[in-house]
Amino acid sequence: MNATGNTSAAVRLRVNGVVRELRLDNRTTLLDALREALRLTGTKKGCDHGQCGACTVLVDGRRVYSCLLLAVALPDSDVTTVEGAVRDGRLRILQRAFLDHDALQCGYCTPGQLCSALGLLIELAAEGGDGTAPAGAVRERMSGNLCRCGAYTHIVAAVTAASKTIAEGTP
Amino acid sequence: MTGGQERVDGWDKVTGRARYAGDHAVGRAVTAVPVRSTVARGRIVRVDDGEALRQAGVLAVITPDNAPRLAEVHDAELMLFQNHRIAYRGQFVAAVVATSRQAATAAARLVRVAYEQSCHEVRLSADHHRLYEPEHLNEGRPAGTSSGDFAGAFDAAPVRVDETYRTPAVCNNPLETHATCASWDNGRLTLIDSTQGPNTVQNVLAALFRLRTDHVRVICEHVGGAFGAKGAPRANTVLAAMAALVVGRPVTCSFTRRDMFAVAGHRSPTIQRVRLGAHPDGRLIALAHDAVAHTSTLRRFAEQTAAAARHMYAAPHRATSHRLAALDVPSPSWMRAPGYCPGMFALESAMDELAVRTGVDPVDLRLRNDTSVHPETGQLFSSRNLAACLRSGARLFAWAGRNPAPRSGRRGHWLVGTGVAASTYTADVAPSDAAVSVSVDGRYSVSIAAVDVGTGARTMLRSVAARELGVPASAVEIRIGDSCLPRAVVAGGSMGTSSWSWAVIAACRDLRRRVRERGGVVPVTGLTARARTDAEVAALADRARFSFGAQFAEVRVDADTMEIRVPRLLGVFAVGKVLAPALARSQFVGAMTMGLSMALCEEAVTDPCSGDYAQHELATYHIATHADVQDVQASWIEEEEHHLGPSGAKGLGEIGIVGTAAAIANAVYHATGVRVRDLPVRPASLLRAHRCAEPSPHDRGDRGNAAEQP
Ligand code: FES
Ligand code: FES
Repeated sequence: MNATGNTSAAVRLRVNGVVRELRLDNRTTLLDALREALRLTGTKKGCDHGQCGACTVLVDGRRVYSCLLLAVALPDSDVTTVEGAVRDGRLRILQRAFLDHDALQCGYCTPGQLCSALGLLIELAAEGGDGTAPAGAVRERMSGNLCRCGAYTHIVAAVTAASKTIAEGTP
Repeated sequence: MTGGQERVDGWDKVTGRARYAGDHAVGRAVTAVPVRSTVARGRIVRVDDGEALRQAGVLAVITPDNAPRLAEVHDAELMLFQNHRIAYRGQFVAAVVATSRQAATAAARLVRVAYEQSCHEVRLSADHHRLYEPEHLNEGRPAGTSSGDFAGAFDAAPVRVDETYRTPAVCNNPLETHATCASWDNGRLTLIDSTQGPNTVQNVLAALFRLRTDHVRVICEHVGGAFGAKGAPRANTVLAAMAALVVGRPVTCSFTRRDMFAVAGHRSPTIQRVRLGAHPDGRLIALAHDAVAHTSTLRRFAEQTAAAARHMYAAPHRATSHRLAALDVPSPSWMRAPGYCPGMFALESAMDELAVRTGVDPVDLRLRNDTSVHPETGQLFSSRNLAACLRSGARLFAWAGRNPAPRSGRRGHWLVGTGVAASTYTADVAPSDAAVSVSVDGRYSVSIAAVDVGTGARTMLRSVAARELGVPASAVEIRIGDSCLPRAVVAGGSMGTSSWSWAVIAACRDLRRRVRERGGVVPVTGLTARARTDAEVAALADRARFSFGAQFAEVRVDADTMEIRVPRLLGVFAVGKVLAPALARSQFVGAMTMGLSMALCEEAVTDPCSGDYAQHELATYHIATHADVQDVQASWIEEEEHHLGPSGAKGLGEIGIVGTAAAIANAVYHATGVRVRDLPVRPASLLRAHRCAEPSPHDRGDRGNAAEQP
């Protein structure tokens, strides 16, 4: 990193509906900005290299690996993290389904799995269809979210069940 | 579904409120980042920290020349910066402490280390010149055992299997990397640590820094997976404590994913020869299992790879042996079902080969060789229900009527096969303490320095205590994850549940007795009962204590690409009393999933040139993900266990990974006719074998008993 010139920048993000003004070291990833600058430690770091999915959040409604994005490059973005459930009823339903299906063990991958599942449901809705997530689609399209505890079968069941609940419109 | 038994900490975990070690450090600690050795063997000649120290935000650079002196402990991996010797590539040789992680990481790259490099050896072989027989294996087990006349009986046996199996180094890779936040206050050390054993970390850190044990406190509220990697302190804990001492403020240190491959411990690679001599009806006459593994030059880690062969099957003539080579590699350590997991891959693959050679059904073969006493020692088993697991599994899997011919199960484009393997793991118990209090308003509180690494320990202990106290679970609060609480054995070795629940049950019973003595009236100050189980554990009857299981796999192999899919995995286990069914199922399914990952994906190969692993990130070290895992089912049989404490429970976190890889490899043989004795099972191995076996690439299919290709 060059020691001369501006090594930090101001950035405005909307995180879980709240506008946050930050001054950040240019090297700061969105993940570190969330965790360290905003103290939103619900989003986890498993690799810092875009290889595990623990850091998955939604930026402008799309799921992303927050460890791969520089925060200063995302001015005025809308970010949803696992802490944003209060704003998004669908995330609430997913959380409930994870508990009902014991879709977690250590819980470290869980915030990323939940945000990824929410992103997947948004994608499926945008693609048309009835809004439900078939098991095969969940397996294929959530493969960017590793779970070392091996809760996959339960996660798939939870996401499928939650998608039905959401599609039926019964909270 | 959980059947109403939701995790006590489940809501915290799905909302992101659960805080792990690294989360606690945010906003209160500066950061230590290590500098890693770029040679695999040699000496540090000089460390130049000048440029690093000039960077903004850098508070200190710790090197072997200025590091605080530590007292010597058993695990030399923890003796950070105490000498100039390099034992493996990736070893921590210095560290930068800075006000932000970004600054520390950048400055660590500016620390210049000059080495004097020596030739290294990082590749294990069956005839390696550094091989030796260790005095004993981990936990004091003998390195070798024998009874009868193995050599004579094997030579004379009508049917023989003599094969060599290999398993690669694999890495635990819990999703949460090891993290610590350390702070000193008036000579007392507090660590927020991702560990399986707060008391272990407390004892080791007290020894290293020459402190009274009660001047070290270790807190581990939530731990993001461990699988053995956090069973004892690692370099991150020592570095955080040392750096906090140097800079006089709280310091956090987390491993990067790359660090996990070097300094977090791994399962040693193994080379295993299994010899089985049998009657034509499959009954074993002679059984030998000889295992070779590596350890580091820093620490002797002698894993019990052939231990399962000592108790699995009856055979009058038998032998086991272990040899180790101390290579210039990071120290291996515990990984889920140490020894038993790689060992049973070999033994259960060999049993399948025996089934093929004798024509005996693989389930039947195992039933025929079951034993009611420990075949080496003659001890009774505390309980042994291998046969019931095999029978129940065979029924649930619809095993009966299976055509044993390899390649007999072709369905369209897929070669379909099924396989079976047995599972086993130790069922131990260790002394623990516990305290249970009741307040005047009828709230109960259970305290024990246990840890929940994802097993559901909080939830399990709460239901055990509630049952014992005769109150609803909602009236019981569980306090764990703190070395200040009553002492407890580490969350490992599948003995947490049996050991902790024993102490908790004893304390609950004592509390009830006290309340009864007072006519059922709780005084305003409340009442507390404490239990300590040392005497009872020492007085346990002499029994061989193991859990058992059976795993069944269906595989489909693409006839062209040899891509391997596992549409079905089923495990049936006998683990004593199951205290919390939903959590138990998650543990079994999770461990079997890790077994599937071991079977098909995982390997860390050392590069002989650099001495480093060729894989040190999750893009190259593959672990099974959603798309790899389809139907994984686990169940258990009712088992009475009277020799393991009042809960009647055996631990169950590890047995699920034992046998999975063999069941899958055996199914691959059934599907393709290719016997893979070298994990992981790769499409490339199958393709190679098929190319050798097939005269024409267009002649596929109805090959029947295709030749075995090693
Ligand atoms: S932390 Fe971002 S993908 Fe692993
Ligand atoms: S629950 Fe532990 S990594 Fe998924």
